[in-house]
Amino acid sequence: MRYWFPYPLLSLALLVLWLLVNQSFSPGQVILGSILGISFAWVTVNLQPDKAKLKTFNRIFTLAGHVAVDVLRSNIAVMRVILRARTQPANSGFVRIDIGLKDENALAILACILTATPGTAWVEFDRQTGVLLLHVLDLENGDNWAKLIKTRYEAPLKEIFE
Amino acid sequence: MSHLTDLPAWAAIPVCILLLLGSGITLIGSLGLIRLKTFYGRLHAPTLGASAGIILICLASMITFAVLQNRWIVHEILIIVFVVVTTPVTLMLLGQSALYRDRIEENDGVPRKAAGQQTDTTGMDI
Repeated sequence: MRYWFPYPLLSLALLVLWLLVNQSFSPGQVILGSILGISFAWVTVNLQPDKAKLKTFNRIFTLAGHVAVDVLRSNIAVMRVILRARTQPANSGFVRIDIGLKDENALAILACILTATPGTAWVEFDRQTGVLLLHVLDLENGDNWAKLIKTRYEAPLKEIFE
Repeated sequence: MSHLTDLPAWAAIPVCILLLLGSGITLIGSLGLIRLKTFYGRLHAPTLGASAGIILICLASMITFAVLQNRWIVHEILIIVFVVVTTPVTLMLLGQSALYRDRIEENDGVPRKAAGQQTDTTGMDI
């Protein structure tokens, strides 16, 4: 089974992608999409990506909810900073955070979350020390950023992936 | 696109609101490129368009074509997913190159690398 389907989740994602692009659920497209999904999973074997092992599924939804709320909130906050930039310049700076995540997929998702949230930019991650250097646009509540990211994103990601 | 006039008012109004909101947020984000003073600050500005802007505009597109063609249209979600997944790559590239240059030039306000670490690039990555 593992030999024929090296990355089942990836194959499934590719099938969904194919069906979405073609906007049809006809049997022909499902078969074609499955063939493509399975064969592309074979191609990626040579790239040796880290296999994601999802531990729990309920945490994914709470994490997604948190991210949606935070994206909305930080969009408003960043807009306010930009519009006020002429009168009061943004109080931005770097924040160092110790990240305990080892799983590459979890780190990639954390990077997507932090980048999709305006106001935080992932600048550098040192894999040896596990220190993430983050640039924050509005340092209003300085140390809270590290705590916020650790509890709100890192902890659930750790539960899901490790 | 003359068939856009077929859009009934109950759908046209939310579509207009979403489009205006999305493009307005993207505009504010672009404005940030002028207004924010530091390079790292300017890194944040375009993410407004890449998060809320793209989501609102794609939602407007979904509603428009779902109403016009009378079926569910969901493939705009792919646009959102791909934009969200690919923006970190460019942003990290820009951030890292700026950080690298600032460290070489020893500019102020840029964090040093942690002490006792060699500058080998093998263990350090984005």
